[in-house]
Amino acid sequence: MTLGLDLTLIAGLLALALHVVIVRDDRNAVVAFVAFGLLLGLAWVRLYSVDVALTEAAIGGGVTGVLLLRTEALIRPASAAPTASRRSGGALAAIACVLLAGGLAIAVLSFPNPAPTLAPEAAEALGRTGLGNPVTAVLLAYRSLDTLLEKIVLIIALVGLWSLAPETLWGGAPELHPTAIPEPLVYLARVLPPFGVLIAVYEFWVGADAPGGTFQAGTILAAMYLLVLKAGLRPAPEVKRTALRVLVAGGPALFLAVGFLGFLMADGFLSFPDGAAKPLIVGIEAALTLSIAGILSLLVAGPPSKAPAP
Amino acid sequence: MIASALSSANLFGLCGASLAGFGLFIVIIHASLLRRIVGFNLLGAGIFLVFGAIARRGAAAGFDGDPVPQAMVITGIVVAFSATALSVALLLRLFGLTGRAAFDAPPADASRQDET
Repeated sequence: MTLGLDLTLIAGLLALALHVVIVRDDRNAVVAFVAFGLLLGLAWVRLYSVDVALTEAAIGGGVTGVLLLRTEALIRPASAAPTASRRSGGALAAIACVLLAGGLAIAVLSFPNPAPTLAPEAAEALGRTGLGNPVTAVLLAYRSLDTLLEKIVLIIALVGLWSLAPETLWGGAPELHPTAIPEPLVYLARVLPPFGVLIAVYEFWVGADAPGGTFQAGTILAAMYLLVLKAGLRPAPEVKRTALRVLVAGGPALFLAVGFLGFLMADGFLSFPDGAAKPLIVGIEAALTLSIAGILSLLVAGPPSKAPAP
Repeated sequence: MIASALSSANLFGLCGASLAGFGLFIVIIHASLLRRIVGFNLLGAGIFLVFGAIARRGAAAGFDGDPVPQAMVITGIVVAFSATALSVALLLRLFGLTGRAAFDAPPADASRQDET
């Protein structure tokens, strides 16, 4: 029964990947990739990783899809021109890729039995934090250094993206909405955000004890904000604004500050004092959710394309 | 033996291995830079899925999967997204400056230009 479901999902995933390989125009490939992201979310549910499934559907399918579709529309004049889509050495590339896939497949099939696992250690850390969701506990307590560094990566990517703007536009606002805004988009942008914000707050709050958490909530908030920007209901903010920079850096800065407090109040960097772990983690998560929402929406909005107001 | 090879974890692990192969093939073979970015994301998705299979295999201590690889995959998805956003911005800048969005034959190759 479930075997049939698994095989159907896998067939769908492989068919969509093959479609991305062989289809001629890029737009078609991007649409297939969005569908692939949503199917992959279902695959993660089958692997009992609901937290990953939510992240994959929101980021892998949703936000990446918006970004790629918008890019495809902007560069369509160039991609419409016939380019040599096959270059010499195709057979060699195919052999290399089959070797990679085969090597990974052998690794998958020759997992040691019983499988090595860090679950008992994570369970022990879970007991100390007072959280109910093991993935949140790993992200913010047991392996919080990874999470902190990942936030730094996000900020570096944003700085790199902004620095691609021509010098005269530095500090200005990105331009997101088309010149002619369709009426249904404006309607959606007025109706959906209240629900989106409610769902995001729920995801954030429930993330302490059940699947959900900062990324998922932050991505939903970012999607709602992008909808408002796309419909032209609000102008995109100028990237030189102090409030915007405080929003982007606030979450990681708070995380880092609490990390250093660990030296005074607990065992060392990024460790939480007994009993105060859960409120601290929820506080950090709240600030991180807002920062992630800001960073993700700005990453999709792209570099500044309007000169800043003097 | 066959029953264990057909478990969800193994099936999705094998699927992830094939997806990584497809993704690498796109990155090598396609001239369109946007398609290469999609291929890079497929490659990442395949690797994450192999990792998900490892997480599922590591189910212990009352969890349905090892939470450590799961948390690392979430981190990986977010990092892959930021890399995608940056590479898309580079692509758009390249397009704005040169009007091209694909790797063609190098312009220094005179014989190739004569053919076209």
